Amino acid sequence: MSIEHPEFATTRVKRGLAEMLRGGVIMDVVNAEQAKIAEDAGAVAVMALERVPADIRREGGVARMSDPALIMEIQEAVTIPVMAKARIGHFAEAQVLEHLQVDYIDESEVLTPADYEHHIDKWAFDIPFVCGATNLGEALRRISEGAALIRSKGEAGTGDVSEAVTHLRSIVGDIKKITKADDSEVYAWAKELRAPIDLILEIRETGKLPVPLFCAGGLATPADASLVMQLGAEAVFVGSGIFKSDDPAKRAQAIVEATTHFRDPAIVAKVSKNLGPAMVGIEMDKVDLHLAERGW
Amino acid sequence: MQIGVLALQGDFLEHSEMLDSLGVKVSTVRLPRDLDSIDGLILPGGESTTISKLLETSGLKEALLSRTDLPVFGTCAGLILMSRSIVDGRDDQFSFGYLDVEVRRNGFGRQIRSFEADIDVEGVSPPPMKAVFIRAPVITGVDGGVEVLGRVVYDFGDRGESVPVVVRQGSYLASAFHPELTSDSRLHRYFLEAVVEA
Repeated sequence: MSIEHPEFATTRVKRGLAEMLRGGVIMDVVNAEQAKIAEDAGAVAVMALERVPADIRREGGVARMSDPALIMEIQEAVTIPVMAKARIGHFAEAQVLEHLQVDYIDESEVLTPADYEHHIDKWAFDIPFVCGATNLGEALRRISEGAALIRSKGEAGTGDVSEAVTHLRSIVGDIKKITKADDSEVYAWAKELRAPIDLILEIRETGKLPVPLFCAGGLATPADASLVMQLGAEAVFVGSGIFKSDDPAKRAQAIVEATTHFRDPAIVAKVSKNLGPAMVGIEMDKVDLHLAERGW
Repeated sequence: MQIGVLALQGDFLEHSEMLDSLGVKVSTVRLPRDLDSIDGLILPGGESTTISKLLETSGLKEALLSRTDLPVFGTCAGLILMSRSIVDGRDDQFSFGYLDVEVRRNGFGRQIRSFEADIDVEGVSPPPMKAVFIRAPVITGVDGGVEVLGRVVYDFGDRGESVPVVVRQGSYLASAFHPELTSDSRLHRYFLEAVVEA
C-alpha cells in the first residue's frame, strides 16, 4: 500500500471545522473549571480567555491575548475544540496561538486592536480564523484576508442582543439583495461594500457566504439563541452571558438545547424555566465603549 | 425511500444536500417522532459529546435503541456514536455500539493535523475518493464481524500506520472522514444501494 500524501490546512479543512460546529454553542471560559462546565453542558467548543467581555468592559485597560499557560490548561481539561483570541492585526499573537495548536483563532474586536489599518493576513496561517463583522462588506473583506468563519460582532459584554440582531439582519439582508442583482449591479455592490467582485459573484450564485455565519455579541438567554438562529445564524457564541449568570451550568445547557431546537417554541419555553437571573447587562444606549466599531 | 438526517448539531445540511442530489427523499431528525417514516438514518459530523448529550435530552437515544431495524451511515462524530467503545472520550459519553470497533477521539490530532487525502474505498469505483478528515477519530480496533472498506496510511509523528477509515457491519456503515464536504456522493450512493436497499 502506498503512502498517501495528506494535504494539511487547505481551505476545505479550515472551513470544514466551522461546518462541524454548526447548530452548536461556543462558550467563553476563563479557566479549566469553566471549560469543563461548558463541555458538560454540551458546548461544541470553548473560547479560552482571561477576562470575559463584561469584565474587560468594567475593568478597562488594554485587553490582550491570554496567557499561554491558561490556554494550555484549558486544552488539557476538555476534548472539544479550543479557540483563543488575538488582537486585530497582531499577527505575532496569532503565531503564538498557532504554536499552541489552538483549533481556531478569533481575531477579535473584544481585545484592544494592535493595528488600526491592517487585519492579520490569515492565509499565512495553518490554523483557521474566525472574524467579527457588522455588515456584509466587513465580512467579505475578512474572508478575502483568509477568515474561514464569520460571526456577527454584536456588542460583547452587554447582555443586549440588539446589536447582534442588527448585524445579522444587515449581512443576511444584503446577501438576499445580491442574489437578485443583475450583471451591472454586482459591480456597484462590490464598490459599495468595498469587497472583491469574485465574492459578490459567488454570493449571487449560492445565496450564502462562502464560509459559515455564526452569531456573537450580547446573547444571554435561550430565546436569544433561538432568535438569532431564526434570523440566519448557523451557530452561536455566548460570552459573558453564561458565566455572569446565577446558574451557569443550567443556563449553558438550556442555551445548547434552544440552539438545536430553535424553531420549536415548546422546547425553548421548557428549557427557559427556572434558570435564575440572567446577567444584569447594560443597555446599548448606556454603553460608552463600542467594541463593534473596531475593525476596518 | 426516505432517509433521515440527524439534525441536532453538526454538518447535517451537507448530508441533506448530498442525498437530495441523489434524488432520494430527505427529512431532518430532531425528535423521536421524526423517525416514524424513515428507512435509513445518517449521523453527521459534529461534536460527538454535544450530539450524544442532545440525543439524551431529545428522547432520541431511547427511541433509536428500540429501532434496531434502521440502517445507519455515520461520518466522523457519527462513527464515534456508532462505535462499541471510545478511547479519549468523556467518561459519560454514550455510543450505540452498532459497530464492533474501538475509536480514539481526535486520534489524528488537533485541527492543525486535519487533512485531505485521496484514498481507495471498496464499493466506490473508480478510485480514488477524496477524504476530508477534521479532528477525526482513529479506528484503533476492529472485531471479526466488521468489514474494512477503506484505509489511510498516516504519519502519526512517531510512526506511520495504515488505519481503517471506512467500515461496515451488516446494515451499519461509517467513515472517519467527511464525504459530505466534497462533491463525491458515491459513498452515500453505496449506503442507499448496498446497505438500505439490500
